[in-house]
Amino acid sequence: MPNKLRSKEDLEALRRELIKERKSDRPLIAVCNGTACRPYGCLQLTEAIKQELSKRGLEKKVELRITGCHGLCEKGPIVIIQPGDMFYQQVKLEDVPEILSETVIKGTVIDRLLHTDPVTDKKVVHRDEIPFYRKQERNVLGNNVEINPTKIEDYIAIGGYAALAKAILGMKPEQIIEEIKSSGLRGRGGAGFATGAKWESCRHAPGDIKYVIVNADEGDPGAYANEGLLSGNPHSVLEGLIIGAYAIGSQQGYVYVRNEYPLALANMTIALNQAEQFGLLGKNILGSGFDFSVRINRGGGAFVCGESTALMASLEGKVGEPRAKYVHTVEKGLWNRPSDLNNVETWANVPLIINKGADWYRILGTEGSKGTKIFSLVGKINNTGLVEVPMGITLREIIYDIGGGIRDGKKFKAVQTGGPSGGCLPESLLNLPVDFDELSKAGSMMGSGGMIVMDETTCMVDIAKYFLTFLEEESCGKCLPCREGIKRMRQVFDEITEGRGSDKNIEFLEQLSATLVDSSLCGLGQTAPNPVLTTIRYFRDEYEAHIKDKRCPAGVCKTLIHYYIIEEKCPGCGICVKECPQEAITFVGKKKPVVMDEAKCIKCGVCSDVCKMGAIGKR
Amino acid sequence: MVTFKIDGREFKAEESQTILQVAKENGIDIPTLCHHEAIEPYGACRLCIVEVAKGRRNRIVTSCLYPVEEGLDVKTNSPRVMSNRKMLVELLLARCSKNKVINELALQMGIKQSVIRPEYLEEEDCMVCGLCVRTCEQVVGVSAISLVNRGITKEPASPFLESARDCIGCGSCYYVCPTGAIKMEDKNGTRFIYNWKVEFKLKKCKICGNYWAPEKQLEYIRKKWNLPEDFFDICPTCK
Repeated sequence: MPNKLRSKEDLEALRRELIKERKSDRPLIAVCNGTACRPYGCLQLTEAIKQELSKRGLEKKVELRITGCHGLCEKGPIVIIQPGDMFYQQVKLEDVPEILSETVIKGTVIDRLLHTDPVTDKKVVHRDEIPFYRKQERNVLGNNVEINPTKIEDYIAIGGYAALAKAILGMKPEQIIEEIKSSGLRGRGGAGFATGAKWESCRHAPGDIKYVIVNADEGDPGAYANEGLLSGNPHSVLEGLIIGAYAIGSQQGYVYVRNEYPLALANMTIALNQAEQFGLLGKNILGSGFDFSVRINRGGGAFVCGESTALMASLEGKVGEPRAKYVHTVEKGLWNRPSDLNNVETWANVPLIINKGADWYRILGTEGSKGTKIFSLVGKINNTGLVEVPMGITLREIIYDIGGGIRDGKKFKAVQTGGPSGGCLPESLLNLPVDFDELSKAGSMMGSGGMIVMDETTCMVDIAKYFLTFLEEESCGKCLPCREGIKRMRQVFDEITEGRGSDKNIEFLEQLSATLVDSSLCGLGQTAPNPVLTTIRYFRDEYEAHIKDKRCPAGVCKTLIHYYIIEEKCPGCGICVKECPQEAITFVGKKKPVVMDEAKCIKCGVCSDVCKMGAIGKR
Repeated sequence: MVTFKIDGREFKAEESQTILQVAKENGIDIPTLCHHEAIEPYGACRLCIVEVAKGRRNRIVTSCLYPVEEGLDVKTNSPRVMSNRKMLVELLLARCSKNKVINELALQMGIKQSVIRPEYLEEEDCMVCGLCVRTCEQVVGVSAISLVNRGITKEPASPFLESARDCIGCGSCYYVCPTGAIKMEDKNGTRFIYNWKVEFKLKKCKICGNYWAPEKQLEYIRKKWNLPEDFFDICPTCK
C-alpha cells in the first residue's frame, strides 16, 4: 500500500522519484492495447513481446509499456519504439523477434512495418511525421501513448494531479470557475453549453448536497471518442472531476459508463481505487480539507440515457426516461439536488486549463469554440481512428489531410457529424470550419464527436432511413412526437425507398420534422429530424430520383435497382450461374452470354461480385 | 409572486405554479390528455404546448410543466402552437384511428381525414400517456402496473404480462384513462379488469344486498387506516 499523499510537497516528491525512474536510458516499447486494437490481436502481441524479452533476458533492460488507444485504429496493432519515436503498424506476432533484434537493440528501421502515406505512397518512420498525426493537436488524447492507464504512477510522472494540487490548495472555487469561464470551454457532449457558466449556476444553486457526474454513456453509432479517452487516460477525467467538484462544492461524484465499454469500466475502476489509495480521493485530499468520493455506475445500454435527465433517472435506479428541463439540473438534478453533469472529454480538458491557464487554452480554436475536439473518424475513409483537432479546422483537412481521403479512390459524398441526431454535410461544405456554431448553422451538430464519412456508393435517402430506424428503436417512448413521429417518418422512408413515394412525401417530412424539433420532450426527439432535414437540404435530387423516377442513383435501395447481363462483355463462363442463390441465371452454352430471369432475382449482388469481366450491369 | 402575460392578459401568480394551472384557474382553455390535477405533471402527450417568449428567446414548451416566470409572455394559440398541436393530433389519430375521444379531438382541430396513409393507421385505444400507471403509483399507492418496453413498443402492463398481483381492483386506472383504453366490467359479483388480467370478488352490502366494491380494495383501505373489521359491511348509500 502506498503512503497517502498529504500535501503538495508529498505529491511533488513522489513525482520527482517517478520521473527519475522513468528517465533511465532504457529503450521503450509502447504497445497500444486500446479497444479498437484488440480485435487485431494486440493482447497476444503484447504477450509475445513479453515472452521474447524474457527469453532474451531483457525484461529489466527494455521497458514495455501497455497503453490505451493511439488513435490510428485503422492500422492496429500499433507499436511505438523509443528512442527515435518509431511507429510500427499492423504488427504481427512473427515480427516480434525482428523488432527486438533489429530496432530495439540495433536501432535499425524495419521498412515493411512502417506507415505508408496513402496520398504520397511514401514510407514514414516517425510518428510525428505521419500525416494522420501532423495536423492534429492531441492535447487531451496525446498522453495516451505516454502512460499505462492502469498505473497512477505513470500519470503522476507526466505531471498528473498537479492541476488538482494547484486548484484545491491554491485557488478559491470562484477563481477556478472564473478560469474555466474565461477559457471558453464548452460542453463536449453535444449541445456545447458553456462549462464555466454551468459550474457557476450549480455552485450558486441553493442546497448543501451537490453532485458532479461524468457522462460516459457514449452511444452514437460509430463513435468511440469517450471510450478511447476513458480507457486510455482515466486519471485525466478523474482529475478534472475532482477539480470541478471542489469548484462547485460537491462531495460526491458519479461516473456513468455504458456497460458495453468493459475496458473503460475496468480502467476507470482501477483509477478510482488508486486515487483513493494515494489520497487523491476520499477525506482531506492533499491536506486541503476537501472531501470527495466517486462511484461508478454502469448503464444498461439505452441510447437515451446519454441525455442528462434520463441518465440521472437511471442513476436513481429508475427507468432511464428524460424529464423536462424547465428547472435546470444544476438546480434540481440527481435526487432533486443541484447536479453538474459533463461529458468525459469536457472533464479531461479541465486539468489542462488549470495547469496552463485560460489564456493558453484560448489560443486554439475559433471565436465561439475554444480548444480542441476529439472525433471518431470512421466510414469510407483511409485512416479511421480517433483524432483530436483544433476547433476551426475544416472538414476537408480532417477528411483528406488527416483521414487520408476516401477509400479505394472513390468520390466523397457526405460526412455526418454528431451521431444519429447530426446532419449529413455535402462536398460543397468541405471548407466549413468545424466548431459548435458553424456545424449547427449548416444543420448538423458537434454531438459527442462522431464523424462518419460516406462515399459515392452511399444512398443518402437510405442513410436518413438508417438513422431514423436507429432512433425509432432508441426513443424512450415517453413523449408522443418522438415515439409516434419518428415511426411515421420511417414509414415515409419505406415508401420512398420501395418505389411507393409520392410528391407529397418531402413536404410531409418537413412538417413532421418541425413538430419534432419544437415539441419533443428531450434532445433525442428534438434533433432526430436532423439527418432527414440535412439530406433533403443538400441531396434533394436523390430524393426526387427515388420518388419521381423510382431510381436509386447510388444503387443501394434494393426495390429500385435491377441487375442485368451486359451481353457484349459476358463470355458465358457461368461463374455467376453457380453462385446465384436463386438460380435466376441460366447457362445457354459456351461463349454465349448467360440469361437472367429478373423475376427470380433477389438483388443480392453476388453475380456482380463474382463476375471478373464486369458483365453484370446495375441500373 | 410574479407578473406575466397569457394571450395578452396580465396575471400574477406564485412562482411554483405552472402555466397550465394559471390558465385553467382563469378560464383559458388549453387542451390536455395526459394531465390530471391529482397527479404530478408528466409531459407525455404534448397537447398542452404553448409558445413562450422571454427576452429574445422564443420557444415551444409544455404548459403542464413550465413554471411561470416574471415577464414571461405566453401564447396559447399562436400559429406555431396551432400547427404543432395539429400535427400532434394527427399522430394521435394515426395511432388511435377508431378511438372516439381522439376522433372528436381531431374534429375540433379541423382534421377530417388523417394525413397518414390508410394502410399505416392503427386501431389502438391507448396512447401511452401513463396516467393509469402514475395514478396507481401516486394516488392509490400500490404500483400494480408499470410502463414496459421502450419506444414504439412501450405500453402500460402488469408485471411480466401476467395477472397483476398487487392490483386491488379499485379501478382508478379505468376512471382516469382519457381514451377509454382500460376495459373494466362488474358482472355477477365479480370485477374484471381485462388489461391487467385480474378479477376480484365484490363485497355485498349487508343492508341493500348490492355489490359495491372489490373486497381486496376494501381490505386494503381498512388495514391502511386501521378500521374495524365490520367497517365496510354496509355500503355508503345505506350508511
